[in-house]
Amino acid sequence: MSAAEPTRRDFLYVATAAVGAIGAAATLVPFIAQMNPDASTIAAGAPIEVDLGPIAEGQIIKVFWRGKPIFISHRTKKEIDEARMVELGELRDPQPDQDRVKPGRDQWLVVIGICTHLGCIPLAHQGNYDGWFCPCHGSQYDSSGRIRQGPAPANLPVPPYAFLSDSRIQIG
Amino acid sequence: MSGPDQPTIRSWPHELRRADGSPYEQPGFRPSNAVLRWLEARLPILDLAYKTGFSYPTPRNLNYLWALGGILAFMLVVQIATGIVLVMHYTPDVGLAFDSVEHIMRDVPYGWLLRYLHSNGASVFFLAVYLHTFRGLYYGSYKAPREVLWILGVIIYALMIVTGFLGYVLPWGQMSYWAATVITNLFSAVPVFGETIVTWLWGGYSVGNPTLTRFFALHYLLPFAIAGLVVLHVWALHVVGQNNPAGIDPQTEKDTVPFNPYANVKDWFVLAVFLIIYAWLVFETPNYLGHADNYIQANPAVTPTHIVPEWYYLPFYAILRSIPNKLMGVLALFAAIGMLALVPWLDTSPVRSGTYRPLFKQFFLGFVLTTVLLGWLGSKPAEGGYVLGARVLTAWYFIHFLVVLPLLGRFERPKPLPRSFAEALKGGKTAATVAVVAALALAGAHGKALAQEQEQPTPPRNSWSFAGPFGTFDRGQLQRGFKVYHDVCQACHSLRLLSFRNLGQEGGPGFSEAQVAAIAAEYMIKDGPNDQGDMFMRPGRPADHFPPPFPNEQAARFANSGALPPDMSVLAKARQYERGFPRFVQDMFVPYQELGIDYIVSVLKGYAPKPADMTMPAGMQYNTYFPGHAIGMPPPLSDGVVTYTDGSPQTIDQYAADIAAFLMWAAEPTLVARKQLGFQVLIYLIVLSVLLYFTKKRIWEPVVSHQ
Repeated sequence: MSAAEPTRRDFLYVATAAVGAIGAAATLVPFIAQMNPDASTIAAGAPIEVDLGPIAEGQIIKVFWRGKPIFISHRTKKEIDEARMVELGELRDPQPDQDRVKPGRDQWLVVIGICTHLGCIPLAHQGNYDGWFCPCHGSQYDSSGRIRQGPAPANLPVPPYAFLSDSRIQIG
Repeated sequence: MSGPDQPTIRSWPHELRRADGSPYEQPGFRPSNAVLRWLEARLPILDLAYKTGFSYPTPRNLNYLWALGGILAFMLVVQIATGIVLVMHYTPDVGLAFDSVEHIMRDVPYGWLLRYLHSNGASVFFLAVYLHTFRGLYYGSYKAPREVLWILGVIIYALMIVTGFLGYVLPWGQMSYWAATVITNLFSAVPVFGETIVTWLWGGYSVGNPTLTRFFALHYLLPFAIAGLVVLHVWALHVVGQNNPAGIDPQTEKDTVPFNPYANVKDWFVLAVFLIIYAWLVFETPNYLGHADNYIQANPAVTPTHIVPEWYYLPFYAILRSIPNKLMGVLALFAAIGMLALVPWLDTSPVRSGTYRPLFKQFFLGFVLTTVLLGWLGSKPAEGGYVLGARVLTAWYFIHFLVVLPLLGRFERPKPLPRSFAEALKGGKTAATVAVVAALALAGAHGKALAQEQEQPTPPRNSWSFAGPFGTFDRGQLQRGFKVYHDVCQACHSLRLLSFRNLGQEGGPGFSEAQVAAIAAEYMIKDGPNDQGDMFMRPGRPADHFPPPFPNEQAARFANSGALPPDMSVLAKARQYERGFPRFVQDMFVPYQELGIDYIVSVLKGYAPKPADMTMPAGMQYNTYFPGHAIGMPPPLSDGVVTYTDGSPQTIDQYAADIAAFLMWAAEPTLVARKQLGFQVLIYLIVLSVLLYFTKKRIWEPVVSHQ
């Protein structure tokens, strides 16, 4: 019997410690979860609608969706052609311009206006590629929002959006 | 042995001997790992931790009351941890503070839990500190050589009082605002400089935004000051060693047990049991110890009819009110707290433990009762017999310290002290429970009196699907209740803390996404400015809040012959009526938090012809249940006024019940989630307590059998 005693004792200790540890771990959940976006923030992140009518050819506007600037570029013929003539092999993040716009709406480029390097907002109509130039660390994007020069690793991402009509889009 | 370097006071950890008479040396941390040895040679931090929390010798006769220190340390950590995360969501601005607290309750993931943990945490923190203090007072833990240890404790307690008060102001409810006003005005009693000091405290000519922001800054700062003092408190404790129920010093190692595992497992067991009380408050009766008025946003123009501090300040509040002179009352309040710091010199008896002091024991019990009764009187209106009672007890409070304690030491004949720990352990432990019962009674004695000039009938209780620990909302009823709000109430009453999206929330009315969007689109929301710089109206979206029926308070009053229809978002929690003894005690154990909506139902149905002898102001209606009986709202409901599509009776009774249920949900959309999580937590804590009890028993077996 003396051999069985320590075993039972050990089981009690291990069980108590395990139950206590589970409770301590579960207690962390609310403390971590509270930092997630709250319900009002999530609700405010609903899709937005943008009227494209007032945007002139060659003009780029900035709208905000989920606190992020969205660039909407009404591209000129020249800008479209430049974007399409580039050899994909030359690109750091190869992607044809056609994949970055909606079919039949080549003149409308919609991208998230945050430099993929470290999150600054690039300046429109600057740099060597008829696109954007990031003043923080010198990344340059072309008229399709693709990275061409500088430290940024990837193209400006295209947000989820859809055309509601010829002159109206919904972002999100 | 004597010399200028020798401490003149003996403290037992330095005098402790082994069983064979050789000096005892506390085991240190001797790592075999080379890296740890390298570290320890440069900073012996693990040795310090080991000697503090593992090998530290504790008297082996400590009872459960000695677990309170650990509980207090735990509660300080809980308050700091929950406080820091609440700050991540709280906004210290008079225009935003109240709403940001409701934002925490409604939108932040687990925000309701963190806030209730923090607000009820203050209550259990004070409960533990009172038990801790009563224990010290009973066992003479303040006597030489523990005076500094004791005074550090009194300073910590004083800082807790200040911190608790500052925190209570932050939600910016009615009680917050008026507590801030009343407490800061204490300093106006200072001769000559009073007004200057108060203006300086406020940062203005009244309690306002500068007051709130500084209170917030200090409420964040002081807990860390408390934590620093706790380090000193523990340091002082480890220098002089713990007192014990016998009040005699351990002589040999045999009289002690190492902190780990013995004291540790005991502390954890008591903590787990203590957490059951805490969890009960948080999950089942989270607003029981609060005040309904604090769910009304601060209004500098209206003082609540009966303002009372939180229960843990009530005895001192009673002392303040009992003295009819402003300056003397304030001095008495501070003196009552400061008196504790003088106890080491007021008590002249050489015997520490109350167990061996037959007369002291009686007086101690009398003192505990005095504080409990003062607490009860502090919750009562300051009138008639209550004032007289408070005066007698205030006098006794000071007599106990200033007369009884000094004289007892001279005239009392203490019982013979035990010569050894073995002998002491044969004694009883009855006294230990006295303090526990007393402090629990103090918590329970907190009343919820509402001063009422006229006789007021008590609203009858209703049966609610969401009452009790397992209650849930009836979805159909909430939908009907919303319809009543939509068709009737919203013409005058805003619901500004709710968004349309809340109507689709789980556990609520549960409207579908399309229904929510359709409801939202019925309302016009002011938005803008547009590209021309103009504000414009657009149909509501689910993320929008319910728009108010009136643009501002003046417009609301103008349209309602001077009366202001209150916002309905938290109305169910902002109304209360006195339940009286012993019902309020019963409400703590059989949770019933539907007093607010019982009142709302009663008011909705309480319209009656006015008694012949009562003169009614113009535009007012007689209502049996409304305080003062004159209500500005015309009877809002009549049979058939709202059309139900689910076949429920279209009667006033049904409407009143449905709108009340809807308002309860609106006031606390997380109510069901809270009760469900609470059930799991309580079951968990009970299992943990049982396991810890048996673990404690096993670990202590060799020590107990050795006795």
